[in-house]
Amino acid sequence: MEKKHGPAKGNSYGMVIDLDKCTGCGTCMVACSAENNLAVRPDESDKQRSITWMRLYKVTNGKEFPHAEVSYFPRPCMHCDHHTPCVSVCPATATETDYHTGIVSQIYTRCIGCRYCMAACPYHARTFNWWDGYFPKGKGLERYLSPEVSPRMRGVVEKCTFCHHRLMRAKTQAYAEERKELEEGEYITACTEACPAQAITFGDLNNPEHKVTRLAKSPYAFRLLERLGTEPKVYYISTKDWVRKLGDNYLPGEFKPISTVKAG
Amino acid sequence: MDSAMIPEGVKRCSPKVFFLWTIPWIGLLMWGLLSAALCLFKGLNQTNMTDYFAFAVWIVVDLAIIALGAGAFFTGFLTYIVGKKELKDIINAAVIIGFICYSGAVAMLGIDIGQPIRGWFIFWHVNVHSMLAEVSFCITCYLGVLAIEYLPIILENRQIQKVRTLRLAGENLHGIMAVFAATGAFLSFFHQGSLGGLFGVMYARPFDIRGGFYVWPWTFFLFILSAMAAGPSFTILCTKLTEKISRKRLVPEKAFQTLAKISGWLLSLYVVLKILDTIVWAFGDVPRAGLTFMDFFKEGPYGVWLLVCEILVFGVVPAIILMTPSARKSEGWLITGCLMNCTGIVLNRFTFTIVSLAIPVMPFDKFVSYLPTWQEWGISFAVIGYGFLLFSLSYRYLPVFPKEKELNAAAKQPA
Repeated sequence: MEKKHGPAKGNSYGMVIDLDKCTGCGTCMVACSAENNLAVRPDESDKQRSITWMRLYKVTNGKEFPHAEVSYFPRPCMHCDHHTPCVSVCPATATETDYHTGIVSQIYTRCIGCRYCMAACPYHARTFNWWDGYFPKGKGLERYLSPEVSPRMRGVVEKCTFCHHRLMRAKTQAYAEERKELEEGEYITACTEACPAQAITFGDLNNPEHKVTRLAKSPYAFRLLERLGTEPKVYYISTKDWVRKLGDNYLPGEFKPISTVKAG
Repeated sequence: MDSAMIPEGVKRCSPKVFFLWTIPWIGLLMWGLLSAALCLFKGLNQTNMTDYFAFAVWIVVDLAIIALGAGAFFTGFLTYIVGKKELKDIINAAVIIGFICYSGAVAMLGIDIGQPIRGWFIFWHVNVHSMLAEVSFCITCYLGVLAIEYLPIILENRQIQKVRTLRLAGENLHGIMAVFAATGAFLSFFHQGSLGGLFGVMYARPFDIRGGFYVWPWTFFLFILSAMAAGPSFTILCTKLTEKISRKRLVPEKAFQTLAKISGWLLSLYVVLKILDTIVWAFGDVPRAGLTFMDFFKEGPYGVWLLVCEILVFGVVPAIILMTPSARKSEGWLITGCLMNCTGIVLNRFTFTIVSLAIPVMPFDKFVSYLPTWQEWGISFAVIGYGFLLFSLSYRYLPVFPKEKELNAAAKQPA
């Protein structure tokens, strides 16, 4: 029987987001929503109930002008690698980690909507369909629905899939060309493709040739809530100490700014 | 009008008074049914739950009533397995309360899940690593056990007793009740524990995460122990309430005292372990996550006072009351102790559900608040209405308290 625990074997797709490049324009959110048939509400003002797979968090250094600084955390699903918090708790096996790709999937037709996975995820990467999917008719929006992504029904949980259908598409293409491996850049997510500042890099973290692997090893790279042991496959890069400090919880004196580390 | 249905030798109020008594409970039930219909047909948008508050008041009520309903399995265990004969006078009431609590919880869970029609997927596509899967399995099986335990009490109805087959079936079921009591104790041990494990395994939520033994976090054992401590207290409270309302003595004092004593000692053990658990968590798990104990209580209405109330006010105090023989022999103190014990357990379940979800984990995330809608309250209160209704009907038409006739005849004699 296949071993189900431990880090992803084969490919391990991941993402590096350069926060110094991110302008907070929100194109990644829009591209993600359009690509993945995210339903809308006539009134989207209740942000704790609106569906978005990629959410932008605005953060500040808390200082007054002229020392005030702003940064943005684009937050997709972290596709946690080791003992994923959501996968282990789902009672109906409706979410699984693919140990050939490292992608954490969500099976909408199996999800019973108990929302235990949402409670277990510290990143709030999972959203629940509080209403039936709504795509305003007569305004042409229904014509933009992607046939590659199944729309979700009311009462189930959904989340970022790293545009898994794009992986399927790339694999089909490779198969047609009698290739076993995908080239770098052949499979990237919609947010990666859409980012006008090219702040997002996507690739195989198990492949040392991929840019994403190099970037993830940067001294400025960090992951959200890394010390909880979730092993996210989304890395962030920031040269600003205060931004990196916001990536995790630290006891007083625990956080070591890079300048201090270098000096030491 | 219904005198032929009422057990022999006992006195019950007139049908008219009984009907008036049931009106508020039927009202609560109707409110709940309307709310349930809205949630089932229109969806969970009828609630105030959000993507942050994935669990809310229904889960608190579920956890609370399952803990309070633990009196059924524990009293059954003490009566049939340990051999505490005096508890035979209260076991029927404990079983009925347990059945009410568990059937109410299962019904609520059916509404709480987004796709109720797929509820059976938990059994079909089971993830054996999930605490919730274990909870679902054990609760469903245990509800079946409770139904079997309730059945012989129903079969003791005067009219049903006239049917020979049913009477014999009831008597035979009584004979093998120890088997079901043991099965119930086994199932309850696991689902009460798994309800605690549900939170303890959420390792990415520093407010919940606990160390443990093998696959079971410490919350697993604490939930079992707290349910065993609170369940008998809730059985005492419900029986005392029935005595007050019916103005009769229903259960000999010895049964109350045995249950209260066991409840008190278990509660004291639980409180000691809970304090130890909190210390280990505060000085181990919490700093490992880069947080301090007070980080959890710096925002929102849920301050550290909640923890003080839960452990000291509603933990230590009732444990002392129930462990002190002279205190628990006074009816006022007995009721106060039991009430405080139950309140502490409800607070514990509230903290694990609501407070843990309100506290952000990401440093740049915000504290969120939540208030239930009338539909959520409706379904929560419907369980209370349903409980009063089923218990009242059982009390009126079934010989729930075997010593009722004897105790009230003895009470009348001196006069």
